[in-house]
Amino acid sequence: MTDQQPSIGSTVALAKPELDGLLADLRRGGFRTVGPRARDEGIVYAEIESLADLPRGIQTAQKPASYRMTQTGQNRCFDFIPGSQSWKQFLFPPRTELFTARKESGKWKLDENIEEQPRYAFIGVRACELAAIEIQDRVFMRPDFTDPVYRARRAGLFILAVNCTHPNDTCFCTSMGTGPAHKAGYDLCLTELDEVFLVQVGSELGRSLLAKRTFDLPSAFVQKNAADALESAARSITRTLDTDGLPELLMDSLESGRWAEIGKRCLSCANCTLVCPTCFCWDATDLPDLTGKTARRERVWDSCFNLQYSYMAGGNTRPTIRSRYRQWLTHKLSTWKDQFGVPGCVGCGRCITWCPASIDLTEEIPALRAEVKK
Amino acid sequence: MTTLIDTASHHAGHTDQLITPDWAEIVRITPEADGVTTFWFKFTSPEVQARYRFAPGQFNMLYLPGCGEAAISMSSDPDAPDRLVGHTTRLVGNVTKGIGKLQVGDTVGMRGPFGTCWPMAELEGKDLVIACGGIGLPPLRPAIYHILRSREKYGKVTLLYGARTPKDLLYQNEYETWKQADIDVQVTVDRGDEAWDGRVGVVPMWFYHFRVDPQKTAILTCGPEIMIRFVIYEALARRIPAGRIYVSMERNMKCGQGACGHCQMGPYFVCKDGPVFPFSALEKFFNVEEF
Repeated sequence: MTDQQPSIGSTVALAKPELDGLLADLRRGGFRTVGPRARDEGIVYAEIESLADLPRGIQTAQKPASYRMTQTGQNRCFDFIPGSQSWKQFLFPPRTELFTARKESGKWKLDENIEEQPRYAFIGVRACELAAIEIQDRVFMRPDFTDPVYRARRAGLFILAVNCTHPNDTCFCTSMGTGPAHKAGYDLCLTELDEVFLVQVGSELGRSLLAKRTFDLPSAFVQKNAADALESAARSITRTLDTDGLPELLMDSLESGRWAEIGKRCLSCANCTLVCPTCFCWDATDLPDLTGKTARRERVWDSCFNLQYSYMAGGNTRPTIRSRYRQWLTHKLSTWKDQFGVPGCVGCGRCITWCPASIDLTEEIPALRAEVKK
Repeated sequence: MTTLIDTASHHAGHTDQLITPDWAEIVRITPEADGVTTFWFKFTSPEVQARYRFAPGQFNMLYLPGCGEAAISMSSDPDAPDRLVGHTTRLVGNVTKGIGKLQVGDTVGMRGPFGTCWPMAELEGKDLVIACGGIGLPPLRPAIYHILRSREKYGKVTLLYGARTPKDLLYQNEYETWKQADIDVQVTVDRGDEAWDGRVGVVPMWFYHFRVDPQKTAILTCGPEIMIRFVIYEALARRIPAGRIYVSMERNMKCGQGACGHCQMGPYFVCKDGPVFPFSALEKFFNVEEF
């Protein structure tokens, strides 16, 4: 035990049960603590109250079109790699009521949805996921247009980050420069070892929460263990995506025959866009009641793989799967950069794991590259 | 990225709300042709009505509760003293068919104005060829009204307008006024009828009937994508620079603010970077199928 106060930038060792107190303090402070839970053979993000809710002793193995959980029996809570869900469901909810239109004596009136936005504490954010949140910040909080729902939720957000020590086969964060270790952007960042969490302090709020806990200064032994774990995690990532000249490569490949080949395999199911932590497209739909006198207007997630996404009176802009896949991939890795200054991919590998047809962008890009070289 | 048209001064006021409309009342309905109607709107809030301004080529999102929203360009005079907002639309989709059933006094939701405009100030001193087909004339009519108000600022102005049949020609009672203001109004149809003694043929073919000075001519075009395509080819063949060919593009739109993703065309969100683009910005992928 130490009498020293933690400071921003410093690292302390926290006994694992101390995390319970931290979660309780966050909840007392008005935060809804959400984190990983094992459910239905996968990891989901849901409300958690204590360490006991975390997926203890679980590792995952991910491959194209495959996600499996295994029990290790070890006393570790963050050894898995996240499942199909990402944090975007909390900052950019899949369904948001915008307003209800009501017809009164022949005229439409509008009841705006003035619900207060919840304040979240994300528990266990990976480096690739934090990078995805920072990409969505650019999307939803542009200088010329800011999404009010996203802004309110983002402003109140507490991020407890976790460094990845057991990456899976579909991970390629090292190629995208986003992980597996965190650099910045968190309030607190954990590296999990068998007995303790090594905690880095990233913000004043993180510091003040940590100050209420019992912690130790980390021994050189513990620090070396953590550094070794992170180094070996980075080394274990073998999947790569060559990003050199990638935006230009894709724009030069618009007429490639490869798109038609992928189009034959792609089911246009939209899984990749729903699991993608950066995909942001949405639709607005009306839910009228049976009398036609009120209509609830909602914003819902949409996907460029849906046929009606490009519907116009004169015909669909992208009627074929070939053109819809091309739209998704060229947007993600090329035109996204024109729009927001960074590519729209963080290398989390979800689109590979959750594609039922095992379509793998880290295979498609080299194939396009080989064509251009010819 | 290629320079786009700057319309910052015409942007909508509602940047803090996602897609919350104001209400506007239909004050007049003008049937224009079979299945095409102009609706004249006034915002129910006097404050919004006093504040609302738009530039030629911009659009509003019209909302009919229970049906949804549709992006429709303004077709009225932006400087009209009555400040009514006119929308000429074909009644073909859920929303426009629903609006087609409304009467004077009914209200719809309205958000806007959105998007870029025809760069009227930049075009001063130029010869203008306005080439449009079918429902492509309404988004250009505010530009024509603007030209009428300051005719001396522009050189030769030619309107090339085509429709399927004589009955489909919009705004026929205005052609005379436009001609009197020294606008060369050239009208063509795909198929004539017994009474038709005008031209038969497609809009791009009109380029073979007059000379343009590539040094000072600008093209403004809106209509079916196939017509736009050939107008551009004819204009480029006459050495009009791609940066002086202005095209109004159509895409599915849900938000009007470059947020929902639907209207993307390569790097652009057509709703905020367009709908009016200099062709130089589109050249790279204009020939890519299903892009």
